[in-house]
Amino acid sequence: MSDTISVNGEQHSLPSDPRTSLLDFLRHDLGLTGTKKGCDHGQCGACTVIVNGIRINSCLTLAAMHDGDEITTIEGLGTPENPSALQKAFLEHDGFQCGYCTPGQICSATAMLQEIANNWPSDASESLEGEMAATGEEIRERMSGNLCRCGAYANIVAAISEVAEESA
Amino acid sequence: MTVHFKQDKPDDSNRLDGMKQGVLGKSIPRVEGMAKVTGTAPYSAEYPMTDCAEGVLVTSTITRGNVVSIDKDSVLSMPGVLAVIDDPAMTTRAAQGTADEAPQQEPGTICYWGQPIALVVAETFEQARDAAKHLPIKYREDPGAPLDPQAVEAEEQEDETVRQGDLDHAMATAAHSVDVTYTTKGHASAAMEPHASIAQWDGDKLTVYASLQMLNYNISELADALGMEEKNVRLVSRFVGGGFGSKLGVSEDVVAAAIASKEVGRPVRIVMSRQQVFQCVMRRSETTQRLRLAADQSGKLIGFGHHALVSNLPGETFAEPVLQSSHFLYGGENRDLMLEVARIHRMTAGSVRAPGEAVGMPALEGAMDVLAEKAGIDPVELRLKNIPEEDPEEGLPFSSHKLAECLRLGAEAFGWDSGPRSPRHTCEGEWWVGTGMASAARVHNIAEAKARVTLKADGSALVETDMTDIGTGTYTILAQLAGEMLGLDPAQVLVELGDTKHPRGPGSGGSWGAASIGSAVYIACKAIREELGQRLGVGETELELKDGEAASGESLVSLLDGNDLSREGHYEPGDIKDDFTASGFGAFFAQVRVNRFTGETRVDRMLGAFGFGRVLNHKTARSQCLGGITWSIGVALTEALEFDPHEGHLVNCDLAEYHVPVHRDVPDLEVVLVEERDPAASPIQAKGIGELGMCGGAAAIANAIYNASGARIFDYPMTPDRILAAMPD
Repeated sequence: MSDTISVNGEQHSLPSDPRTSLLDFLRHDLGLTGTKKGCDHGQCGACTVIVNGIRINSCLTLAAMHDGDEITTIEGLGTPENPSALQKAFLEHDGFQCGYCTPGQICSATAMLQEIANNWPSDASESLEGEMAATGEEIRERMSGNLCRCGAYANIVAAISEVAEESA
Repeated sequence: MTVHFKQDKPDDSNRLDGMKQGVLGKSIPRVEGMAKVTGTAPYSAEYPMTDCAEGVLVTSTITRGNVVSIDKDSVLSMPGVLAVIDDPAMTTRAAQGTADEAPQQEPGTICYWGQPIALVVAETFEQARDAAKHLPIKYREDPGAPLDPQAVEAEEQEDETVRQGDLDHAMATAAHSVDVTYTTKGHASAAMEPHASIAQWDGDKLTVYASLQMLNYNISELADALGMEEKNVRLVSRFVGGGFGSKLGVSEDVVAAAIASKEVGRPVRIVMSRQQVFQCVMRRSETTQRLRLAADQSGKLIGFGHHALVSNLPGETFAEPVLQSSHFLYGGENRDLMLEVARIHRMTAGSVRAPGEAVGMPALEGAMDVLAEKAGIDPVELRLKNIPEEDPEEGLPFSSHKLAECLRLGAEAFGWDSGPRSPRHTCEGEWWVGTGMASAARVHNIAEAKARVTLKADGSALVETDMTDIGTGTYTILAQLAGEMLGLDPAQVLVELGDTKHPRGPGSGGSWGAASIGSAVYIACKAIREELGQRLGVGETELELKDGEAASGESLVSLLDGNDLSREGHYEPGDIKDDFTASGFGAFFAQVRVNRFTGETRVDRMLGAFGFGRVLNHKTARSQCLGGITWSIGVALTEALEFDPHEGHLVNCDLAEYHVPVHRDVPDLEVVLVEERDPAASPIQAKGIGELGMCGGAAAIANAIYNASGARIFDYPMTPDRILAAMPD
């Protein structure tokens, strides 16, 4: 037991209250408010972060369960001075309006593209095996856990597709 | 110095088209966008506060009655709990949009299931949530509260009633007639950011960081609730995580946080749970709508009837304005329109994106499709035939009218087949494939607005107003507008919004934001140009500014000579509102597939063509349209509030059970912006586009479902069970 958690490369002590969700730990205890609370029930995806390379809803897990884990939040993907390719593409394609679901969409998309690169299948895949490609339908299916009430989906898919093509 | 302009007549000068910077209308990315994509934009719950306590609202588990007692002591002994508050000044509903006064108070009097009745404040969120769950409350229930809008006698909204000619006679003698009744379910705004507030006192001065759309009204609503003077209240909403009507009026968290902060002597934050947002902010009323259309042999309307029944709590002034565009969209000299409201004890009904047309247009445009089929006329042609020359009820001219152009351009871009239409013409595997279309209309609203523009001595500019940007693009279009007028790159214009320390804007709502606040900024910039012109010895209309220089070569910096130049623009809509009927218009086209065996509908592609005055930024305007079309898909297929018949409580009060469209529900969408200048709409010739994109789109999908599968359905949303039941064998 190390009782520490790595967030964007920095080590932090786990919270004393075992009821604290990973989401509230990030937002409240660490002040990393880029990760958003939309529903607190794993229904909207606004709180998506990357844990050991895998995307999860940070509201559905307790911080105490992440002893020794490596967490990446939106703040760890890029900064205004040095944004990631997806962050730049979301800006260019207007892949958001109010911006509240956006960090979750970008964290989710970052890990999702890796899932495709790893040839993990989805409901939209024609086969469970073989090479996976970041088609529009694959992206839509794999991003369906990230709600956007402003209705920026068409632009989000355009932004992700552009980055997928560039890195393909 | 304030420059006031009241618009009493159309402005054909199109001054903005004479400017030289060439940035207005351009597809520049949002100026605040980098902050949003990197997670550095602060939303209302995210302001760093020292020693901030956390509040959790407690809500009623009865429908109507009173709180008899709250056992505060039993939770005050729990770890970290600081206070249990049930102050009579706490509000029990969100204020209606533009209310300008406190909404219902006295939390001990219960009018609907889920109403806030108390607040628990603790050191941490986890402690407050735990204590709120354990707070014992004794009620005296007042049973028998009416809950079914069909079971009570409804009140007629007399100012909506129109009776012209004899519709019954027209229906009886018409070559083609349609008499159908549509229903729509209630809708939730479901903005992604839950309502949240942080309140902080400094002596008798109150600051609340809150997620609100209309600070210009919210400040008086909050001050009134607390019995304070506005000058002692400051509201800050720099980033709002979506509104869609739910944040028009001051919500329960705002007043409760202010009261709690005073009591515990520390800042207090309240973030509503998703369930609370669903249950105690606003719902769009369900509707029942009877449409009667009477047409002559050629398909021209001679009679038009639209009756609608909606609901709300007793005492609420808002009634979903279902008939809003029905009053002027199509002709027909014999007219009968009526809106009724049933008083029931479900949660408050109020504005949800495009109140009125969001549900009125899907019903009307569904009925028009039925008429087109009966009359054997192409649906696009039927609409073109029935565009009135002038407002059919008021006799007023239209300020501008782009419906015909939108119908034609949209049909062409979509590849609309105007040949004979019969259902079930195409089957691909287990899917029926078909197309449908509908008109779009949304009334043009505009409101009083103030903004201060300062040309800084260093040649940059600053725009200040308490107007909000709820994702609509306000920050960006104001930077473009000021840049255009003052000859500056928009990157040189800093826009500060969402703070009541700035001049009063119009608020974001009713699609009036851009045209109203844009006009105030335009007026301020024009006054600055007049002053600059005087310094150069030329008239304002001759002054050419580009890239920080006048055409004569003199730079703004030298003209300013080390001093800032500031003007406040004050726009007020004048008599012009009474002289024209003004609306945005458009057309939707959709292709859907309906599963033969499961009744599932998938939207293959969808297109909207819209005319809404000057386009201020093609990128953000298009995004507004995409958002509207996406909402159209939700209205057509999935979105429905379900209420318990015994207690009236909202059953599907979260994002798992209330189905907003997700990524895979939304195909590639196409938007055609039909650019125009509407001189009567505003001094910048712009109208609104925040809502038009969902005003009728659901009918394009419904009509496509019929064309694909033969299932003619009169109830939205068109879920698989309804489609299966309506599909012919």
